Amino acid sequence: MHIIESGNVAAAYGVKLARAQVIAAYPITPQTPLTEKLSEFVEAGEMQAEYIPVESEHSALAVCIAASSAGARTFTATSANGLLYMNEQVHWAAGARLPIVMCVVNRGIGAPWTIWNDHQDSISQRDAGWIQVYACDHQQIIDMVIQAFLLAETVSIPVMVCYDGYLLSHTYMPFDVPEAAAVDRFLPPFKPVYALDPRQPANLNTVTLPDIRPDIRGDLAPGYMEIRHNLHVDLRQAIEIVAEIDERFKDTFGRGGCPHVEPYCCDDADVIAVCLGSLSYQLRDVVDMLRQEGFKAGVCGIRLYRPFPDEAVRDTLAKAKGIVVFEKALSYGNEGALYGDIKSALYRCDCRPFVRNYILGLGGRDIRTADLLAAFRASCTATGYETDVPEWIGLKL
Amino acid sequence: MSAKTTILTLPEEELVHPGHRACAGCGLSILYRFGLKALGRDTILVVPPSCLTVLQGLYPIAATQLPCLNVTFASTAAAATGIIAALKVRGKEDITVAAWAGDGGTSDIGIQALSGACERGDNFIFICYDNEAYMNTGVQRSGTTPQGVITTTTPIHGKPQQKKDMPAIMAAHTISYVATGSAAYPLDVYDKIKKAKTIEGPKYIHLHTPCPPGWGFDTRYTVKVGRLAVETGLFDLYEIEHGVFRLTGASKKLLGKERKPVAAYFETQTRFRALTRARISAIQRQVDEKWAGYEA
Repeated sequence: MHIIESGNVAAAYGVKLARAQVIAAYPITPQTPLTEKLSEFVEAGEMQAEYIPVESEHSALAVCIAASSAGARTFTATSANGLLYMNEQVHWAAGARLPIVMCVVNRGIGAPWTIWNDHQDSISQRDAGWIQVYACDHQQIIDMVIQAFLLAETVSIPVMVCYDGYLLSHTYMPFDVPEAAAVDRFLPPFKPVYALDPRQPANLNTVTLPDIRPDIRGDLAPGYMEIRHNLHVDLRQAIEIVAEIDERFKDTFGRGGCPHVEPYCCDDADVIAVCLGSLSYQLRDVVDMLRQEGFKAGVCGIRLYRPFPDEAVRDTLAKAKGIVVFEKALSYGNEGALYGDIKSALYRCDCRPFVRNYILGLGGRDIRTADLLAAFRASCTATGYETDVPEWIGLKL
Repeated sequence: MSAKTTILTLPEEELVHPGHRACAGCGLSILYRFGLKALGRDTILVVPPSCLTVLQGLYPIAATQLPCLNVTFASTAAAATGIIAALKVRGKEDITVAAWAGDGGTSDIGIQALSGACERGDNFIFICYDNEAYMNTGVQRSGTTPQGVITTTTPIHGKPQQKKDMPAIMAAHTISYVATGSAAYPLDVYDKIKKAKTIEGPKYIHLHTPCPPGWGFDTRYTVKVGRLAVETGLFDLYEIEHGVFRLTGASKKLLGKERKPVAAYFETQTRFRALTRARISAIQRQVDEKWAGYEA
């Protein structure tokens, strides 16, 4: 059924269709309407779930961590400083291998306070051990939320579904809400690997020593390093599982085909723009304009950011002469985080394209198509690394 | 009210394995052993970083026979909420959820989550074992360290501030059951936890927990020191059931009687060595005033 609603409501429908059993959230702009919608679903009896109105984001993820450990399908959502406030829990959820799904409605981080969109919040959590996916529109939000539960529960790793605050969360667009019965076939009920149970007692997440250690029967149990190594290996394997789930989703619902990256006009492109989130759809217009001017331009949206799909990135970008990474986040004192990832993925190529980096849209600064066009055009006529530091678009110094 | 449990009627089944990692003479090890007997097998524990984390053992060996979720420091009560919610959606509401934290995990870093869970009215027991400093990290001052106590972060003059009255803070949440207990009176603790299990909503039990290395007394005097805290009227055993306060056990027996001087308690521990005579007299006056209130 097609409806016209906001991105936050699209996410809420995804959570409802996924039959999340325990939801805990603390309101923060621009995530708030998602939280409100879910509490409405639960209070109206449309969702059989426990909605926990916690007193902080730290507790929101604590509730999810504990409920997931006790065998429930769990969901939370946050933005910006809320995500940072739950930071230790973000790492904990991944270390404990809990299939929690969290929407991050992307917003810039204080100080100074900003409520508007950029990607610094979720990018700051890229090394926490979660899977991170970025949606470009409302349809992707609802589809990704549903897939996120299957993905998380398949690999026992939590999933962050990131989408742009305001640009997607508060704008209204038509999207398809899948049939509940079809979602139920796609996503079976959660079967935890272990759930806290007095009949099968276990002491979870306790102090683990630097080295491996025998249990009371003499069998060797992993140490901290083995446990963390396994998380990394399973994350890398999740790249393939993301593709399998995308294929299953496409078979059931007819949408998908770009599980890792979403290329537009990249096949013959000389210069390809790369970015996260809804910006890649805005850049499609710029690509069309550049093509009219005679430049062979393309854009590649990164859908799966962690684990980083370096193979898909290489396959899409390696033939181009130049890559332009547009980023709404920055590894302060160095460069854009995605820029570093792209350079690293391309390092193995025989004929490496040059890679440029633009920082833009921080704290909701307007991203004007004319500015994108100028920057992209300049990159189309560039011949290599003309500067080592990222350039800034729309900066008014 | 049911009859008081005695050493003869206490269940024999042990839910703590021998060989746990607590220090010799640890007050917590007494409380944990009796507490688990009272909670029973159908219980899920939630434990933040604390001496209890260590007592329960290092992976893959555990001293507890109950399922336990170790959680981040500030999240104990919220984690209890999460387990309760999961048990509810899975139709397993007959399981008791008990959070067990130290004084830091309760009154300092853990107080926000605890306050939130109590305001929501979640059905769990929160047990605070109060050894009156951050013992697991090496005896740093906490919110519940008494005034004048030498710790590793108040090393010369002693803590300038008063002890935070955590049970009173919990009572102000108007929860159904608040109780205090002491490692020196474990059967009283057993009965209070048993009672808490029968009451719906949040229950808070605050346990005075002597700590030989942190307080500076010989390991054989744990019970003696714990008793002196009660007998001098410094730490009182009581219940606040549905808002009604009453002294219990050894504290109730002190009503109308002469209490031991607080100095008798202070003398047993090196942590009070910075207390001056004037300070001790002032504390004695405070205790006398508090007890005058009880007697009234």
